[in-house]
Amino acid sequence: MFELLGIPPQALFGQLLLGLINGSFYAILSLGLAIIFGLLNIINFTHGAQYMMGAFVAWMLLNYLGIPYWGALIVVPIIVGATGIVLERLLISRLYHLDHLYGLLLTFGLALIITGIFRNQYGISGLPYAIPKQLAGGQNLGFMFLPNYRGWVVVVSLVVCLATWFAIEKTRLGGYLRAATENPTMVGAFGINVPRLITLTYGFGVALAAFAGVLAAPIYSVNPNMGADVIIVVFAVVVIGGMGSILGSILTGFGLGLVEGLTRVFYPEGSAVVIFVIMAIVLLVKPAGLFGREA
Amino acid sequence: MRKTGFILATLAGLLMAGTAYAQTKVKIGVMNDRSGLYSDITGEGSVVAAQLAVEDFGADKGITVEIVSADHQNKPDIGSNIARQWYDTEEVDAIADVPTSSVALAINDITREKNKVFLNSGAATSDLTGAKCSPNTIHWTYDTWQLAHGTGGAMVAAGGKTWFFLTADYAFGHALERDTAAVVKAAGGEVVGSVKTPFPGTDFSSFLLQAQSSGAQVIGLANAGGDTINSIKQASEFGITQGGQAIAGLLVFANDVHALGLDVAQGLVLTETFYWDLNDDTRKWSARFEEKTGKKPSMVQAGVYGAVLHYLKAVEAAGTKDAQAVVAKMKEMPTDDVLFGKGQVRIDGRKIHDAYLFRVKKPDQSKGEWDLYETVATIPADKAFRPLNEGGCELVK
Repeated sequence: MFELLGIPPQALFGQLLLGLINGSFYAILSLGLAIIFGLLNIINFTHGAQYMMGAFVAWMLLNYLGIPYWGALIVVPIIVGATGIVLERLLISRLYHLDHLYGLLLTFGLALIITGIFRNQYGISGLPYAIPKQLAGGQNLGFMFLPNYRGWVVVVSLVVCLATWFAIEKTRLGGYLRAATENPTMVGAFGINVPRLITLTYGFGVALAAFAGVLAAPIYSVNPNMGADVIIVVFAVVVIGGMGSILGSILTGFGLGLVEGLTRVFYPEGSAVVIFVIMAIVLLVKPAGLFGREA
Repeated sequence: MRKTGFILATLAGLLMAGTAYAQTKVKIGVMNDRSGLYSDITGEGSVVAAQLAVEDFGADKGITVEIVSADHQNKPDIGSNIARQWYDTEEVDAIADVPTSSVALAINDITREKNKVFLNSGAATSDLTGAKCSPNTIHWTYDTWQLAHGTGGAMVAAGGKTWFFLTADYAFGHALERDTAAVVKAAGGEVVGSVKTPFPGTDFSSFLLQAQSSGAQVIGLANAGGDTINSIKQASEFGITQGGQAIAGLLVFANDVHALGLDVAQGLVLTETFYWDLNDDTRKWSARFEEKTGKKPSMVQAGVYGAVLHYLKAVEAAGTKDAQAVVAKMKEMPTDDVLFGKGQVRIDGRKIHDAYLFRVKKPDQSKGEWDLYETVATIPADKAFRPLNEGGCELVK
């Protein structure tokens, strides 16, 4: 049997596929961040906490109200998105005219508070959330055993990412949004309610995070720190992709998932830092990120 | 002039009054992970356990005890800073708990340097009573040697001859892998591979797949807390257990099993030295604990109770809180508490007691939320821990 760099090709394909699955989470999360940054100019550090809330609300719906996974997939983003809208109206909207740093501090503080509340209430060990029956089991692909649920994650993330990209880049509403970022006064003069547009955008970004949270609940431990663990990586993804670039964040999300997957085979100890090494290199060579526009 | 004299006299009077009512004041610092992945098995619960020990020790012994706590965030540098501050400026006499082996080894050194007492319950590395043993340290609850022989020994005996390790990439994981690999090899088994995973991690599927393709009969999880939960959850998802490979959770706590749910965790074999449902005494104590925390105690929290109680008894018996004298007393006096029963502290600082090999129940066998284990075997105290002469501890002559 031939080998590729000392690794049998079957194992390599398996690892690539796994990288793609992790990349799906990076892509959805960084997409939400990129939208919020691109249109609101807010560095949303609460994103990880909102992803965690998505997983927790899914658990609550199942355990308190008996609403299963499929219902949660729709209801959770709406609920968590609504809390995002409240946050934006009450607090974040007051910071738009200030430096980025204030928004970062506010959202970081909010993230700590939300995480703290959940930790206090539910502890750190996490809560069990089963894979939905329809997606239990898996396929034997020859080179690896692919759990159905992971396959579903890749497909649904791709669909959501592309739909979001399409909505922002190709529709009239998306056009308004992009115009409002360029010149809010002008767009307002055309009779479009810019503050409401921005509020809804924030709500949508948060809903994306919550959606990723529901997707993650059955495979990762549902615990208050799950957001904090992933958010730093996701920020690196956004920076590499180019702050605010929609397509950039999607492609980089999947791409870095693959790179991380490969690192896990060749040098496992380095898999936690490889993304940051890439970030440092990209910032040196192309400070605006791979897909970013020079300011 | 007369005024100064008056003040001096008053001060002298106060001092004398002070000695007349002299009580020994003991300050114990519970240091652990209060917000990260080990905060459920240690955290505030360990502080509650220490307070219960103070309560059970009694207020009528002429010893007043103050418990303080801090979060070391699983980082050796942060833990060291807290320890120095506690010892140097806050008059802390003993530090208790300290999970995360890398932090525990740092505190072990500082405590020796400052000549205080270290009552470790949370950390696993067997080096604390081996190469790094100290006349100021007691290691109470469990260690990597004991886990390796308990769970590892049982798996090899059941026919698991080839092993692949998923190892958390820090002192604890390395020690646990080393000790387990030694058990496997001694029993004629073979280690076919291992992978060091970044700590803490979320996605273990990639490493599990490497373990799967290695064809090993047993996948040994040399990790703990959230890492173990995610590994087991994902092993079940990727059909690894269904495919005939066995998972050995080398350090699994009841709280982890509770978090996994019996559906996923059933059949898992593990070793602990304490479980809330062992006997009437443990059930009664655990009910008291649950009243204050809303949860059942972990083995580590139980160990904090036992260690603090024995420490206070030793302070009373020694009539001093001088560290060397108290630790010598702790080793001399037999231990006796409701959670670990009768036992002793060896010269190397190792507390020995029975360990239990448990199997996680099937969902239909469980009668309640915390009814998780059935006992497979009891490993007697003299077999459960590393023989005194094998640790390489300088205190053993």
